[in-house]
Amino acid sequence: MSTFLRSFLTIVWFGLAAVLIAGLLLWVSSIVRPSKPNREKLLSYESGVDPIGEGWSQSQVRYYIFALLFVIFDVEAVFIFPWATQLERYGTFGLVEMGIFVFILLLGLVYAWRKGVLRWV
Amino acid sequence: MFAIDPMLNGELLWTPLVIVLLKVLAVFVTGLVATMLMVWFERKVISGMQNRIGPNKAGPFGLLQTLADGIKLFFKEDLIPERSDRFVFKLAPFLSFVPAFLSFAIIPLGGDFRDGNNGMVTWFGHTTRVQLADPPVGVLFALAISAIAVYGIMLAGWSSGSKYPLLGSVRASAQMVSYEAALGLSLGTVFLVTGTLSTSGIVAAQSSIGNWNVVATGVVPFVIFLIAATAELNRPPFDLVEAEQELVGGFNTEYSSIRFALFYLAEFMNTVTMSALIVTLFFGGPQPISFGGIVLDIPLVPNGLEGTIWLFAKVLVFLYIYVWLRATLPRFRYDQLMDLGWKVLIPASLGWFMLIAAQRLGRDQGWNTFVVTGVSVAVLGASYALLQAAFKVSAKQREAEGSMF
Repeated sequence: MSTFLRSFLTIVWFGLAAVLIAGLLLWVSSIVRPSKPNREKLLSYESGVDPIGEGWSQSQVRYYIFALLFVIFDVEAVFIFPWATQLERYGTFGLVEMGIFVFILLLGLVYAWRKGVLRWV
Repeated sequence: MFAIDPMLNGELLWTPLVIVLLKVLAVFVTGLVATMLMVWFERKVISGMQNRIGPNKAGPFGLLQTLADGIKLFFKEDLIPERSDRFVFKLAPFLSFVPAFLSFAIIPLGGDFRDGNNGMVTWFGHTTRVQLADPPVGVLFALAISAIAVYGIMLAGWSSGSKYPLLGSVRASAQMVSYEAALGLSLGTVFLVTGTLSTSGIVAAQSSIGNWNVVATGVVPFVIFLIAATAELNRPPFDLVEAEQELVGGFNTEYSSIRFALFYLAEFMNTVTMSALIVTLFFGGPQPISFGGIVLDIPLVPNGLEGTIWLFAKVLVFLYIYVWLRATLPRFRYDQLMDLGWKVLIPASLGWFMLIAAQRLGRDQGWNTFVVTGVSVAVLGASYALLQAAFKVSAKQREAEGSMF
């Protein structure tokens, strides 16, 4: 196995340690804590009054559109980062190309803006 | 499972294995202790700013207050609401807690970066880094992990089957993904300047104050990163997620006992990690402060340890800034928050990225510096004017529709 994957494996061990610690905390607490549930305690919290209707209420579709927009810009980062580390290698051609790429992406943002997607109220 | 670790294949070498185990233990303990002290620090500093005394009973200066609170939470009844999705409800604290620790793994916690040592120190006759893992794409890993943390919050709110947590978590996800974009793009300039994605490489490139990325990239990416990081951490003034006055506690309203403690720990852990990441990326991490060839040397401390001291000193400054922001600024309105993220930070980070790219390429290819600067400033000015025009048009349209904001 390469050293590249080796360091990630260390991180996996570290993550397992974190999972173990969290599990240990929950386990210890499950031994020492009291458990006397009743109906009132298990109601979902709604500022002290009895909950009305379903807990899973509908939420605005806007949140979803923001998630979609995010995907565009995050994928863009995947293209930008490798180029950024190799700037000198691709020279002027790379710069112009990246300029065009960023311009098209900004056009997308402007389009979303024009369509009123970025408006909240 | 053990067989896939190359260190355990063939001849067993104990020293590297012990070093890795020691590192895991040390980083873990450092993380936990730093988190506990951060909770105390925040309460103490904010009470000072508000003319109160703050925690002062448990231990000297109230230092053990966090521990006392944690022990108290152990003995609290754990309630899982009837309506909740039980499996996801139990899974969510893990999804929040584990990523908080994972991103700590790639931060150089010390080491000797002077005299071309490149951050290597010698332990038990082995040269190693004071860093748990040093993947060549360390910063990318940190970004990926911070994106996973969104799941913890989203699922916690959704699985509660209650209205406040659901609202809080949907807000949180939208906010975090919006600022994640700006966070990532502002780092592009850092990669341009340092030419690497590994955290130790980025630290090694910042040998003196003039080379610190905060200077080398112009201050703009740092400011964008600081704002986006604050939003990513859901800290004030961007704490709409748990806006107490409207959402009770946000995504963790239904959580109690130690499950709540895990979320709480994760939140402060993330604050510490993000401060350490800012220091690593923009302020030279464990590098000592030096300017014009003069290095500020801490006397009597070996160079290998000094890095750790510098790192903690720098991180402390940013932790203080976070507490300061919380004490000073009122909360944003949601539409203001989204406007800031999408209409200011993202275009600004992209624009600055292209500007620095042109500058650096110009220097590399021997273009006329004045022409490059002139053209860049002209393009930047034009973009700014276009952006202002867009703001004006959208404001006018809103006014025509009779919208309040």
